[in-house]
Parts: sequence; structure tokens; C-alpha cells
Amino acid sequence: MRKPIDTVMVEQRATSFTRRSIKTESKQQGLRLALSMIDLTTLEGKDSPEKVRSLCHKAITPWECEIEPPLPSVAAVCVYPSLVQVAKRALEGSGVSVASVATGFPSGQYPIAVRLNDVVEAVKSGADEIDMVINRGAFLSGCTEEVADEIAQVRVACGKSHLKIILETGELETLENVRIASDLAIRAAASTGPINDGEVFIKTSTGKVSPAATMPVTLVMLEAIRDYYEETGVRIGMKPAGGIKTAKQALHYLVMVKETLGDDWLTPNLFRFGASSLTNDVLRQIRKQQTGSYAATYDFSEA
Amino acid sequence: MSRLTIAKTYKMYIGGKFVRTESGRSIVVENTKGEIAAHTCHGSRKDFRGAVESASNAFTSWSGITGYLRGQILYRMAEMLEGRREEFAAAILTTQKITPAKAKKEVDASVDCLVRFAGWTDKYHQVLGCSNAVASDYYNFTVPQPQGVVAVIAPPAPSLLGLVALLGAPLCTGNTIVAVGSDLNPVPTAILGEICQTSDIPAGVINLITGKQSELFEQIASHRQVAGIYSAALSKKNRILVEASSADSLKRVRFNTFSDEDWYDGDTVASPWNIEPFVEMKTIWHPSAC
Repeated sequence: MRKPIDTVMVEQRATSFTRRSIKTESKQQGLRLALSMIDLTTLEGKDSPEKVRSLCHKAITPWECEIEPPLPSVAAVCVYPSLVQVAKRALEGSGVSVASVATGFPSGQYPIAVRLNDVVEAVKSGADEIDMVINRGAFLSGCTEEVADEIAQVRVACGKSHLKIILETGELETLENVRIASDLAIRAAASTGPINDGEVFIKTSTGKVSPAATMPVTLVMLEAIRDYYEETGVRIGMKPAGGIKTAKQALHYLVMVKETLGDDWLTPNLFRFGASSLTNDVLRQIRKQQTGSYAATYDFSEA
Repeated sequence: MSRLTIAKTYKMYIGGKFVRTESGRSIVVENTKGEIAAHTCHGSRKDFRGAVESASNAFTSWSGITGYLRGQILYRMAEMLEGRREEFAAAILTTQKITPAKAKKEVDASVDCLVRFAGWTDKYHQVLGCSNAVASDYYNFTVPQPQGVVAVIAPPAPSLLGLVALLGAPLCTGNTIVAVGSDLNPVPTAILGEICQTSDIPAGVINLITGKQSELFEQIASHRQVAGIYSAALSKKNRILVEASSADSLKRVRFNTFSDEDWYDGDTVASPWNIEPFVEMKTIWHPSAC
């Protein structure tokens, strides 16, 4: 039997990760790692093919500069299903993945048939990764079996594409619920077949609900991943999304991952940041380390 | 029974909040008799960078409101300063061996200076901009626009008037300010934050740092988000240092030398020619009405 979540201790522990001193070389390394873990995201009603193309360009070459060693590309570009094809074409041969939100993102309040079709269409368009939302309404009314069943169906619909399960923790009210939803999501995904490293992620938020990703919430989810790994040897990925805007925050998250799950998870294959404005702040800090002078916001292209 | 006086904790004013320096350092301010008069924050380069972020975030709204409204807000600042003349005069007298009458005169001149800049907010366009002569059937206008974040390096003295006069000029057009107060007497700078806080100045529009100016010159000049630097009474060595480090980001750098008399002459310190260095000129054509 799992111990109940101690909210006060979780918050204390999460705060403790922000007190580590990361300077010079380790900072430079951390910043580059963070950059390579970003899912560069645009999820707005006004998204256009041209905006997605420009975002893809940014994803491949975050900053046009002479820098040694060269900067990594980001991990993926995350868009709505109707723009997957555009992104797929723009990213061809770059090694950057295309992630698509699906299942009636962000609310998930659509009939299951519509949500599954959403996934199938996104995969057909070429999405390498599917970011699904769970049915929070069902979860909060206690219908956990329904939620688990839907997640399993979505994983089957994903086929070979990787699956990220968005819990939308901002709507789950308590850390205990976050842990229950994490365990539920992982087990539901595992029920449909074996999971290779990085094939299934759990993700905090859609970015449309406040609060989005917070350190305590992420810590609880990381602990769920750790416990599942200790039990089964399977590595589930983690993606905090929404509200991570500064390089400093990103480094705090990396410290938390390292100290909770270990070095194995410090790879884009198992850890991602869902963000857009984070990229430029990371670049700004990298530039600062490189040149000594502080960059202006307009020194970098808009994401 | 004698009462224990409550000494005030002087803080810096950054992003609309009264904060201590992140460095945890402080400066002992001695009065004219060599006794400890106050402890003020010894601001760091990191504090400066944080202040630039705040100022940068505040720029869109401050430059976007009408000049008329900006004028009302600056006038409100003058009103607040007027109401606390005694406190500021006492703060000036802490470290400077001048007569109480002179200290009061400095506060009065600071109030008047703010009123002058409040007046300029909706008038500088007319003076600095123009309708250009063209030889065809359209109009051509040049309009001044604020630049962004302007850093102010206040002179050692007058500690209040010098700060107010230097920050007022870029502020009135819609620039946002990060000011490093007088080294000689940081107390008036610290109290000016309270004036900003109570006078409808939006958070981040004026940021006030106290500390050792010489530690910050290079950081101020090399920070690319800073669009301009306004200073007075810098030594030649420091002027060269600031100018050289500013070159990379093409900053507008303005060093003024005001004599003691000049500081008290509103026509000199609040001249539109001190506003002009911190505006960008935009020239546009417009089809004629006919």
C-alpha cells in the first residue's frame, strides 16, 4: 500500500531543488541539455501554416550563430492536428519530432469516438508523438475505470507513435489526485502492451489552465515514475508543460529529475519541457555565458 | 521614560516592490559627524539585471498611454514629493554639510523639476517633431518616440535633485527607468521609491538601485536591453569606460555637466534638449487630404 502524499513535505522538498548552485561549466551544460529537451509549442486558434514553418525553423536552428560546440536542436515541435503535415514537411530529415495534441485538446469533452478519430488522423498526418488529455470530468466523478479504458484505447490508436498523457493537474485539485492519476495513466498505458523507454510520457498540463506545471506537482509525478520503475524496470517519460519560462526554472527542474530519477532520465528521450518562451531565455543565458554581455530580447527570433 | 527610536530599513525599489539586494550586502551611511546614520542596500549586478527585466516589461504600457495621462502621473509624483519635503530635506542633510535652507531649496527644485517634465509629456512631440517640407502632393512627418529602457547614473550631489532631473527627462516621453542613485548619499534614492509607490507610477516604470556605481558601469553599458544611458558628473575615465562598452549595442549615451547653478535652473535641466537624446525619430509619409 502506497503512503498518502504529504503535501507539506512535497512542497519543502520541491523548494529544496531551487537552492542548488549551478555555475559556469555545469550551467552551460545544463542549459544546452534543457534546450535539447524543449517541445517548442504553439497551440493557438490563430496558428497558421506560415507560423508553424517559422517555428520549425527555430526548432532546428534555435539561434543562428557561430558557437562551439554547435547548439542542439530542440526535441520536438508541438502543434494542433491540422498543422501536423506542415510541420512534418518543414522538419524532414532534421531529427526534430512532430508532436500533435489530440483527443479533443484541451478539454477532452468530446465523445470517445471523436477523440479516437482525432488521434488516428494526427498519426496518419505523420505525428511522431501524440499528446492526449485525460477525461478529468470522469476522473473527478470517480469513474477511474472509464478514464483508464480511454487511455488504453488511445494508446492502441497511436500505433507506433509515442504517447504523452496530459493529466491537467491544475484541475485535479490535490497532490493525492495527481498521484492517483499518474499511477492510473501509467498502468492503463501498460495494459495494452510492453512499453519501451520513452514510448509513454505523463505530462502535467495543457498550458490552458492555471496553475500549469509546478515543481511540487512534477515531483509527485516523478515519484510515481520512480516507483513504477522500481517495480517493473520500465522507464516512463515526464513532461512538465506551461509556466516554465526562464532558464533558471528549467535548471531547477533538471536538478529535480536528477535527484529523483537519476541520470538515466536526463535525456530528451525521457524528459521534455513543454514551452515556447523558455527557448529564448535559455539562449539568452547561453549567450551571456559565451560573451559576458547580457542580450536584449530582440536579439533572438520569436518562437 | 525615553523612547527607543525605530530606525527605518531602507530598501531598493524594483518592479514596484521594495526589495533587499539579492547579494545581502549593505552600505553604512555616515552622517556629517561620522556616526552611523543608516544602512542601505549595496545593490549588485544581478539586481540591475532584474531591474532591467522589470523596466522592459513595463515599457509597452507606459509608452502606450497618452502623454496627457503620463503628465498627470508625473504631476502626482510631484504632489507626493511636496507633501514630504521635510523628510527629504532631513535625508539630504544627513551626509551633506549644507544649510537647512539649501536642502529645502533642493527638494523644492526637485518638485518643480517633476512638474516641468509632467508638462513636457504631451508637448515634446510639437517641439522635437516636425512636418517636413515636400515638393509633391503628400505630407511628411517626423515624430519622436520613446526608445525603451534608459539607465540613469545619478550624480553624487545634489543627491535628490540630480536623480529626479536625470530620470525625469527620459521618463516623460514613455521610456522606463533603471536608476542607480547617488553614491555619496543613497538615502534620498531609497525614499524616492516610496514616492513612486504612492503616485500611480505603474510597477517597473521607475526602478531605483542603491550601491556602488563603479561596480555597475560595465554591466549597465554592455546590457543590450538598455537603450540609453543618462548621466552627469562622471569622471573622464568612467565616461570612456561607459562609452566603449555601450558601442556594441549602439546605445544613446548622454553625459551632461551641470554646474551647481544649472541644477537649480529648470530651463537648463528640464530643457527639451535633454529629452531629445532618448527618443527615436520616426519619419512617415501620409497622403494629402485633397
